Parts: sequence; structure tokens; C-alpha cells
Amino acid sequence: MGKSLISGFSGGVQVAKAEDGNDAGYLLLSPTLAVMALTLAAPLALLFLYSLTRTTGPVLEGGATLAQYAEVLGREGYRALFWRSLGISAVVTLATVALAYPMAYFVAFHAGRRKFLWLIALTIPFWTSYLLRVFAWKIILGYGGVINSALISMGLISAPLEFLLYNPFSVVVTLTHAWAAFAILPIYVSLEKIDRSLLEAATDLGDGPLRRFLRITLPLSMPGVIGAALLVFVPTTGDYVTPTLVGGPQGAMIANIISVQFDRVGNWPLGAALALASMAVVGVLAMLFVAAARAAAKAAR
Amino acid sequence: MKNRWLLVYAAAYLAFLYLPVLFLPLFSFNASQYIAFPLTGFTTQWYTALFADTAMLQALSNSLKVGVVTAILSTLLGLLAAKAVTQYRLKGTGTALGFIGLPLFIPDVVLGIALLLLLAAIGFPLSLATVVLGHLCLCTPFALAVLIARFEGFDRSLEEASADLGENGWMTFWRVTFPLMLPGITASLLLTFITSFDEFLIAYFLSGTDATLPVFFWSQLRFPARLPVVLALGALILLASVVLVVLAEVVRNRGVAPDKKTIGA
Amino acid sequence: MSFLSVTRVIKRFGDVEAVKAVDLEVPRGAFFALLGPSGCGKTTLLRMIAGFEQPDDGVIAIDGVAMNGVPAHQRPTNMVFQSYAIFPHLNVFNNVAYGLRRDGLGKDALRARVEAMLATVRLEGMGARRADQLSGGQRQRVALARALVKQPKILLLDEPLGALDKRLREQMQVELRALQKSLGITFLLVTHDQEEALSMADHIAVMNGGRILQIASPRDLYERPNCREVADFIGEINFFHASVKEIAGDNVTCNAGLLGIVPVPRRAFGFAIAAGDHVLLALRPERITLSGGTVAGEIAAASFLGERSHYHARIAGRSEPVFVASSGPAPKGPVMLGWNPADVIALPFVE
Repeated sequence: MGKSLISGFSGGVQVAKAEDGNDAGYLLLSPTLAVMALTLAAPLALLFLYSLTRTTGPVLEGGATLAQYAEVLGREGYRALFWRSLGISAVVTLATVALAYPMAYFVAFHAGRRKFLWLIALTIPFWTSYLLRVFAWKIILGYGGVINSALISMGLISAPLEFLLYNPFSVVVTLTHAWAAFAILPIYVSLEKIDRSLLEAATDLGDGPLRRFLRITLPLSMPGVIGAALLVFVPTTGDYVTPTLVGGPQGAMIANIISVQFDRVGNWPLGAALALASMAVVGVLAMLFVAAARAAAKAAR
Repeated sequence: MKNRWLLVYAAAYLAFLYLPVLFLPLFSFNASQYIAFPLTGFTTQWYTALFADTAMLQALSNSLKVGVVTAILSTLLGLLAAKAVTQYRLKGTGTALGFIGLPLFIPDVVLGIALLLLLAAIGFPLSLATVVLGHLCLCTPFALAVLIARFEGFDRSLEEASADLGENGWMTFWRVTFPLMLPGITASLLLTFITSFDEFLIAYFLSGTDATLPVFFWSQLRFPARLPVVLALGALILLASVVLVVLAEVVRNRGVAPDKKTIGA
Repeated sequence: MSFLSVTRVIKRFGDVEAVKAVDLEVPRGAFFALLGPSGCGKTTLLRMIAGFEQPDDGVIAIDGVAMNGVPAHQRPTNMVFQSYAIFPHLNVFNNVAYGLRRDGLGKDALRARVEAMLATVRLEGMGARRADQLSGGQRQRVALARALVKQPKILLLDEPLGALDKRLREQMQVELRALQKSLGITFLLVTHDQEEALSMADHIAVMNGGRILQIASPRDLYERPNCREVADFIGEINFFHASVKEIAGDNVTCNAGLLGIVPVPRRAFGFAIAAGDHVLLALRPERITLSGGTVAGEIAAASFLGERSHYHARIAGRSEPVFVASSGPAPKGPVMLGWNPADVIALPFVE
């Protein structure tokens, strides 16, 4: 098996019938699939099983039940948390994409030969520890933090501002900063792909810069914008570090209550149900969003 | 006119991106233990304290170990899968790719917890090895994405030309396939290493008594006295990452025309 | 014995037979072309000769040695690939020297051979250039040099000129032909471009649907195609349906409907005929005159192309125009189309 793995890997230029070739292909794919099955499929399957029980320990016992899901959907507190998480993510997505668009536009259309440099400059901050970046915001927004101490030492305020930290506002600001690069790159790529001669044609037919942007550039960059929105929305709903460090009780999100079930409370089935329910909700929303975007694009034609 | 405003916006945006990050090194040289303005004075004491902090250095070493192992394994898995998928006509390629790519769409907290559940159920003890397992799950899709892009741009007839000119399978791989894949492999190793090195949540759930660096940082965040030393290490890591990334991008784009340079692999 | 012989070779991909029991003999030192439209099996056949595919049946032999089971890297053939397949990570010199590395040549001998080959393809002094710094024409020469420097018994060329612009293509056609003649190496070229095949090759095999339709010299293919497909594929031609009226010694008389009663020399029929048979008569555009003939017609369109003009002539009862190529002044008014009976091509009619 090792030999055919190697020969399958070294380019398939050996004499082989078509069927042999494909076997080598499946063989090549199997280790990766096996690892992913072990680390992804099996755990998720187990999580699903857990969510259907009432057990308290590692061993599954008791019959199957939908009680956990009923709890998740029924309890007011959980529902409110879901809505808040989705709301925060939605605001973050909006803010991130809206702020990223002009930046991406600048690099695509006005950076000339320095495009490469700008792109590197924009992505460098994101090669650093996410944890430390969130912590940086904590020290910026905090009671004794950078903003407050700067404003006080400049004499602009007499007492520290309290609203900066430990609420949804701080979560939104921190997440918007953390996910900026994920929004810039897809938008940049789709702007870059726009055939410049389309813009020249629009100008030739009488459009000024603003009209041209609204009628040609913006619609053609929509795939990138939608990609960016999904890329930001889906992961931020499940973020743990930011709400924990800067959110306080008011800014808690789904990931916080999920991990609490496993850390302290010990109600693993409930935690599992919360996890899967939130994944399902976010997944459905994402698909609805994409469908709505497609419908809007069709209508605009 | 529009250019001027856009440029101002771009500069402001860049400032917004960098300022929070730059506060870390800034306060790592500040004499005060408290992370607040006004600055009290320049000092390198936190950096010297850093090198004496054995717990932190141990965590750093753990992260490096986990990172290197994850990078190599996930790149290898990505390489095999990318080759299989781009150069053979296999049934179910779409499904396989969708499955392998799932971790990109699942929140870290779910990935970590699910794997924790599995390990607890089979009674497998937590350690750096289990962290590697979790990171493999997370990093393999990244490796796969980078390497598939690289393979798709690979001209199959190059391997045939090498065979035509007299080289057998192994030599063809050595002389043609591997050198041409090297930039992609390097990019994948870099990406997966950094992803694993910085990863907190999955490591938090899956590590036993040995902490990785982010998990260690997390435990220190409660103690204000320890913060400047943490910032010092953070600043050093920031510097190292920047140097690595810039180097990697420059090497990758060496010899490419200025307008054809790309970001990432 | 011929240098390359392909005997009853069949190749299947799944349910499809890409190459159907093909027989081919290529003499030593010839410039041979496989000509046909996309999908006709010519590239598959070439790849089987090179060793990248194995035939499902039949034998391929080079210089008397059967090649079945012999892998590509051990065959005495070298190929110029359609995409040129220049190694991007090596410079020109190392690309050309690639196949020589394991031949045990000393450093100086290797250098001498590579530089001599670079000079032969007119790339001398370019050894240090990187692959991405070459133009299309230069890449083509590098691919050629790289294959030829190994002194193969047969050089295989897979649509080598397709990516070049017209002027460069014509130039390379002349150069390739001269190169082949001076080196004496057997060349096997695969192309869909009939002009390319006609101008470069000594022998051409026309393929379609996995079969070889005709093997002949360029002139014979043009003047004596053996079937409608070959006649249609090479150059422009006009077809007319006819039935055999009478066969008398060296002359055959056909009833060609719109063209009237047409005399055709017996030797134009390369196949058996009997009175009453449905046949196709064909005429090349340059063999039809616009005056002094027997068929009345009108010029529907004309294009001036320099040394000659192309006309579409409409004749009564035929919806398709007749293509005529003539170098005289443009005729005014109605024309009388005529031809020399010796120029009539006779083909079997197949449903």
C-alpha cells in the first residue's frame, strides 16, 4: 500500500490503466478523510447524541429525548441571549463590511503600483495573537485604561467614562477591529476583478463618477461583499474570547453560556443542545441571507 | 478630490487597525505596572523578567512544539488530499471537500467541546497531544485551501515532460513536482503554524496540565502585576510574526512583476 | 521495415473507443503528420506512441522493438508539448539540459551539446534567461531544443504552432521543415491545421472518429482524396451529386443534374463503379473558370484577396453557391462556369 501511495503521489506518470489511477487517488485522499472523521465527524456525532439525552456524566445513559432542545428554545433567558448574539454579530458585520469597503476600494483603484504593500500592511496586524488584540482593546476601553487616562490627563473629562467597557458596545468595537482583514480581502478581490473597460464604457455613455459607482462598481462587487459578510457573521456569533474579556455580563454571547455548561455547571447535554441549536440557527440565517442576496441581484437585473 | 478623501480615510483606517496593536509594545517599555496613561518612563525590566519566567517560557516552548507538529501534519494531509482531488477524477470530490472544509464554518467553541466530549467518553487523557488533534481539525482545511489553489495552477504536462525526457516517477517528483510545490508548501506550513500558535479556545478545552502560550496568557490576565511581562512577550511575538510574514511574502513574490503580485498563497 | 509501426491499435476510455484499430507505418527520416479535427483520436495516438497511455490492443513498435509495457521515460521518443511545458523553476540552459543529466555526460560535453542545440534553434546566448522571461516563440524553441538534444529516434510534436501568431507560425513552419531535413530525425506531428500539415509534412494521415481515412503525400491528398470527409477537410471544395450514366473504356459519363452531362476520366474513380451508381463529383475552386464554360451563373459575392479573388457563384437549382477562385479581373454580369474534365475529383457517395 505504501508503494502505490508513493507512486500515486509521484505524478501518476507510471504506466497505469485508468482504473488503477483512480484507486491511487482514493488512497491519497483517505488519510485526510480519516483524520477529519476522527476529529470532526465523530465528535460532532457524539455531541448530537448528547444533546438528545439527560445524562450527567461522560457515559451516555437514559433514553433519547428532546428535552434539552425544548429547554433551549423555551427558556426566555436563552432566547434573549441568542437574539443578542445574533444582533451583535449583525451589527459587527455591518460595521466591518461598511468600513472595509472604502479601504478595499482605495487599494483596488487608487493604490497603483503599491497595491502589494498596502495589502501586506493591512494584513500584518492579523498575524498577531487574537487574544492580545482583544486584551489591547480591554486596556484601551477600560475604566483606568488608555482612552480614559488620556482624556483625563488632557483635562477633557473629570471622571472616567463608564460606558466604554463591559457591554455590547465594547464587544462590537473589538470584533469589528478583529475581523477587518476578513472583510477587506474578499471585497478587494471582487473589486480587482472588475473589467476596467466596463467603467470606461459607462463613462463614455454619460455616467459621472457617483452614478458609475452605483450602477457598475457596486453591483459587480456584490459577490465579494456577500462573501465578506458571511465570513464575518458566521464566526463572530460563536466568538468566546471577546465577550469574555470585554463584554461583561451585559455583553455575554452564545459561546459563553455553552462553555459555562461544560466548565462549571456540568450539564453537558444542555451545552450540546445549545451548541447545535446555535449552529443550526446561524446556518439557516446564512443560507437565507445568501438566497435573499441572490434574489435581490436577480431583481436588480 | 475623491482621491484625497479616500487617502485620508485609508490612513485613518490603517491607524485604527494598528493603534490597538501598537499599544502592546508601547506599554511593554513603560515603567509603570499599570497599563494606563500617562507614561511614566522607559524600561526594559519587563523583558529581562520575561527571560526568567520559566512558566511562561515553558508555555512558549509548548506552543512552538504544538505549532510545528500541527503545521507539518496538517500540511501533509492537505498535500495528499489536494493532489488526490486535483489530479484524479474521483467521485464525491465535492462532498469530501465540503466535509473537510466544515471546521471553517463551525465556531471554535463547538469544535473544542465536541472533541473534549469524545476524549472524555473514551477516557483519553488531555495533553499537548490532544491539543494537536484539535488543531489538526482546525488547520487542515486551511492547508488544503492553500495547496489546492497551488495544484490547480500546476501544469500537468510538466510531469509528463520530465518523464518524456527520461526521469522515472521518483526523480520526476524530486526535480519537478516538489520544487514547484515548495512555495505552496511553505505558505501552508506558515499559515497552519501561526493559526495553531495563536489559537486559544480549542487549546483551552483540550490541554491538560501543560499550557500553550495563549492559555498561559489567559491565566495571567487576572493578575495586573503580571501584565507588563505578558505584554513584553506579546510584543516580541508580534515582531517575530511580522518579520516572518513579510519575509514569506517577499520570497514568494520574488521575480513576479509588480502588478501580478498577490497576497496569501 | 518501417521505423515506426502501429498495428491494429485500439484505445478505449470507458465506453468510448477513441482510437479504433489503427494501422500506421512511418518510414525512417520522414516528416509525418496526423491531421484531423478535435476529438478525432490523433492526440491519443500520439500519447500512446510517447508512452503516456497504453493501447488496449495492438502493437506499437519503434525501430523493430515493441513498445507495449515500456514506460514513457524509457522510450526512444521525445515530445514537444502543446503547452511547451517549460520548467518554470529552471533557466533555459537547465531546461534544455534536463534530460541529459542522468546520461552520464561530463560537464564540458554536456555544456557543448546544449549550447550547440541552442545555436541550432537560434537561441544562442539565451542560456541564462529564466522561463518567465521568454516570448511564445522562444518558449517553443526551448521545448524543441530540449527534446532534440536527447537525439531521440522519433520527435513527437503535439500541435506545436497553435499558440503562435500567423507570421511566427509561417516562419516556424519553414524552420521546422528545414531542421528536420538537416537533422534527418523522424518527426511525427499532430495538428488540426491542414495548412500546417500540407506545408511541412512528407506524408499525412487524415483521421476522424478514431480512424485513419487516408494516408498520402500532401499533393495526393489534395488532388486525389479518397472520400468526402478528406476532400472536405483539406482546402475548399465544391460537391455535386451525380449518377454514372455510361462507362466506355477510359471515359465515364455522368449525369450531374445541374451541371449537365459531365465526362470524367475513368482513372479519377479510385473505387468500383457500375452504371446507375450515385457518386459525388467535386471540383476545387481554383479549377473552375468563370468564362467559356457550360453552366450559367451569377456572381453573388466577391472578395478581393490580393493575388486572387474568391467568388460565390449562384447557379440555377442549387441553394449553396459555388466557390470559385480566380486571378483575373472581376467579371461583370452573368458568368459561364467551366472546368477541365481531368480536374474532376470522383468520390463514393455514402449515406
